[in-house]
This record gives sequence, C-alpha cells and structure tokens, in this order.
Amino acid sequence: MENVAGKEKKLIKDYTNNEYRQYVEKISPKSKTLSNVIRAFIVGGLICTVGQFINNYFLERGMDKDIAGSITSIIMISIGVLLTALNVYDDIGKFAGAGSIVPITGFANSIVSPAMEFKSEGYVMGVGAKMFVVAGPVLVYGISASIVAGIIYYLLR
Amino acid sequence: MAEKRVGKQTVKFQNPPVITSTASIVGPKEGKGPLGSYFDYVIDDELWGEKTWEKAESKIVRETLSKLLEKSGKSQEDINYVIAGDLLNQDIASTFGIRGTSISYLGVFGACSTICEAMAIGSMIIDGNFADNVICVTSSHFCSAEKQFRFPLELGTQRPPTAQWTVLGCGGVLLSSRGQGPRITHVTVGKIVDKGIKDANNMGAAMAPAAADTILTHLKDTGFAPDYYDLILTGDLGIVGKRICEEIMAEVGFDISKRFNDCGLLIFDREKQDVHAGASGCGCCASVFAGYLYKQLLEGKLKRILLVATGALLSPTSTQQGETIPSIAHAVSIES
Repeated sequence: MENVAGKEKKLIKDYTNNEYRQYVEKISPKSKTLSNVIRAFIVGGLICTVGQFINNYFLERGMDKDIAGSITSIIMISIGVLLTALNVYDDIGKFAGAGSIVPITGFANSIVSPAMEFKSEGYVMGVGAKMFVVAGPVLVYGISASIVAGIIYYLLR
Repeated sequence: MAEKRVGKQTVKFQNPPVITSTASIVGPKEGKGPLGSYFDYVIDDELWGEKTWEKAESKIVRETLSKLLEKSGKSQEDINYVIAGDLLNQDIASTFGIRGTSISYLGVFGACSTICEAMAIGSMIIDGNFADNVICVTSSHFCSAEKQFRFPLELGTQRPPTAQWTVLGCGGVLLSSRGQGPRITHVTVGKIVDKGIKDANNMGAAMAPAAADTILTHLKDTGFAPDYYDLILTGDLGIVGKRICEEIMAEVGFDISKRFNDCGLLIFDREKQDVHAGASGCGCCASVFAGYLYKQLLEGKLKRILLVATGALLSPTSTQQGETIPSIAHAVSIES
C-alpha cells in the first residue's frame, strides 16, 4: 500500500460510488473509435453510393427528380428489409455500426427486426405493438422537430 | 444460536450433502467452445424444433431434468424437491420446463447467481433432514435473454467491449443425503452490494464487488486461507469483473490470482468466438459446473473448489429508470 503524504491509499472496497465508477471507467476496455469510424465511413458511403446509382438511373430515364428520389428511398428500404429478413443486416451492423444504422436501410432494419422478433406474441400484441419499439422514438421526435421547424419557417417567411 | 452457522453469513453442514449426479445441455456456440466435449448434449440449433426461444429454453430445462434422472438412475418419485430458476420474467423457462413433472417445485431468482442460490437452499434442506434428494437446475438462452433485456436479434447494432454474451445452456445437479460424489461442506449466502454502476453493458464491474465481498466473508467466516481451495471460480464476472475482484482481494491481503478463474471466461474462446468481455447467464455457471467442474472433481484433478455464482439483479425497467445495478454472489464450498 503506497503512502501519499502520510495518507493511506483508499481501498477499492471502500470507494464511494463515484470513485468506483471512475475506477471502472479507467480500467474497462474502450471501443476502437478510429477503426469503428473508418468502417462506418466505408459502409455508410457504400450504401449511399448504391442509392445514388439507383437515383441516377431513374433520372437518366427521364424521371422527375422528386419521384426518382421517392422511388430510390423505396428501393433502399426494400433492400434493408430483405437483408434483415435474410439475417444479414445484423452482421453488417456489427461490422459497420452507425454506417449501417444511419442510412434509410438501417431505419428499415430497426422496424423489421422487432417485427420478426415479436411475431411469436401474435400479429396484434406482438408484431403490431412492438414493431416501432426501436424506431418509435425516432419517429416521435423526428416528426415533432419537423413540425417545430415548419412553424419557425412559416413565421420567418 | 443455530449450531450450523459459522461467522456472519456461512453455514457449515453436519452431514454434507453429496452431489451424486449432474447433467448439462448447451447450445451450438457453447458446444464449439473449449469445454464443448464435457457437456452431456449439444443442441444443433437455437430453437431445437420449437416455435419460440422461450419454448426452446423450457425444453432444455425439461431435457436436462430427464437426463439427470436417467444418469442417476432415479425416478421422479425419489426426488423430494426441484429448485429452479432462470432469467425470464416470472421464471417461465423453469416453470414451463418442469410443469410436466410430479416433483415439488421451488422457484428462485438470483439472476446469474441462481445455481448457487439453489444449491445453498437445497443443501440446507438436505442437511436439515427435510429431504433425501433435491435437484437444482438453472438455465439461460441467448436469444430469449436478448429479447427480454436488450434488442431484437436482427437489429444491426454494435456491443461495447465490456458487454457479455448470455450462455445458451442449462445445468442441473442432484443433491443427496447419501451416496458417492463430491460433498458440499459450506455455503455462504451473499448480501446485495451496489457500487453505483448503471451500465447494463458492464455487468462484470457491477458484480465484482459483490463477488469479492462474498469470497472475503467466506474466508473470514471459515478461517480458510485462499490456498485451501484448488480453485475459486466465479460465475460470470468476465474479463473486467475478474480483474476488479482480484484487485479488491489483493488489496485486503488475499492474493487469489493463482487459483482464481471465472466460468464466463472458460466456456467460450473470448477472442475467436467474439463474446467481448466473456459469457454470462444462469446457464453459464450451471453448465460449466455440471459439465466440466464436476468431472474434474470426480477424476480427482480438483479436490476442493469454491463456486461463487454472481448475479446482477437488474431489470430492463430499472435500467430505463436510471437505477444502479444491485449485485449478489453466493459461495458453495465443494470437496471431493
């Protein structure tokens, strides 16, 4: 036990909750931020590139810009749903983290995965009730924020 | 004072109950782990022919129980009590697994410490002369635990490095008043310790002070030195919790590092099987004891062990309400 200026070092078992939390924080292994960021950047970029290709394809075919955007979103969501149903999207997510959570494919994954998981509790109390258990907060606060933004826009206009 | 009590929290048995038989069933990932060959049966898919994860877990409990009866040559009528528990709400894996039997049932919950809690109660019942044969069985299922405590399986998320992997497995032990096998000489029932950890992805850190408290109390109560035991084995502290527990013990003058390990680090190859900080779950300590340790004791490779199952007594609701994690550890002293 080391003596610092006559004061004996405090034992871990006598730590206050705060001291113990700081000690745990110090010794716990950390996430590898740099490699996680690089992975997220590459996979997220790839997903967006696929979306851009699809969008460009429709634009070249002479489709209206708004409609091409909507159809691209629908196709990307379908890809996210398909990869979730094939048990692949969770593996992509494990590798890419935010890179596959943030794009619209990740949003599809967050709705389909609880729907699959809770199918065992039936279509009403299972699929129906639990489908938005992950995406629900995003929708509630996303829509609320857009309403607020809309009001501010209206007032400033 | 009750004559079988020693010290503050420990019970010393006058007629130490005998562990006459054990049985274990684990999942495919556990089967591929370093202890794979020690388990009685490895199922080849997580549903095991059932429609839901919960049904699959109940089936594993049911089959472990019948395997245990088969191995011990006993019938249901010979068993006075079955003490069981798991991680699911209202202990449904245990109750639905056991409902087809005619054995008196006691349900217990101690999160991942449940196997040692059950063995402690079972041993007291036997030494108290209230029963001749008691079965203790606990289970956990990775998929049903994820569903209840975390996220849907197919959700594409990352786990932090301190997270632990719930074992798909079940372990059962048969305690008898007489017979051949290792004996339970002492049990130290733990008290709830909460050092203010809130992170449900770092349960090892939450449980380590409880484990150290119980081991320390056990050594003080019995007067044993740590080297009395060939092995002191915690339930599921993982790599972070094991280190903290060792440090706490070392600081108060008990260097246990040479004979200390954790079931959560034995059952998987942590690096190759991608389980982050290690394994956890009611089935972790139970299947490692019933599968691996019991055989080591029978073969004489281990003479005396202290099995210290650890539990984080949290629920998804308590976590969402920002509560800290109360933890517990129970120690069972076993001699061959």
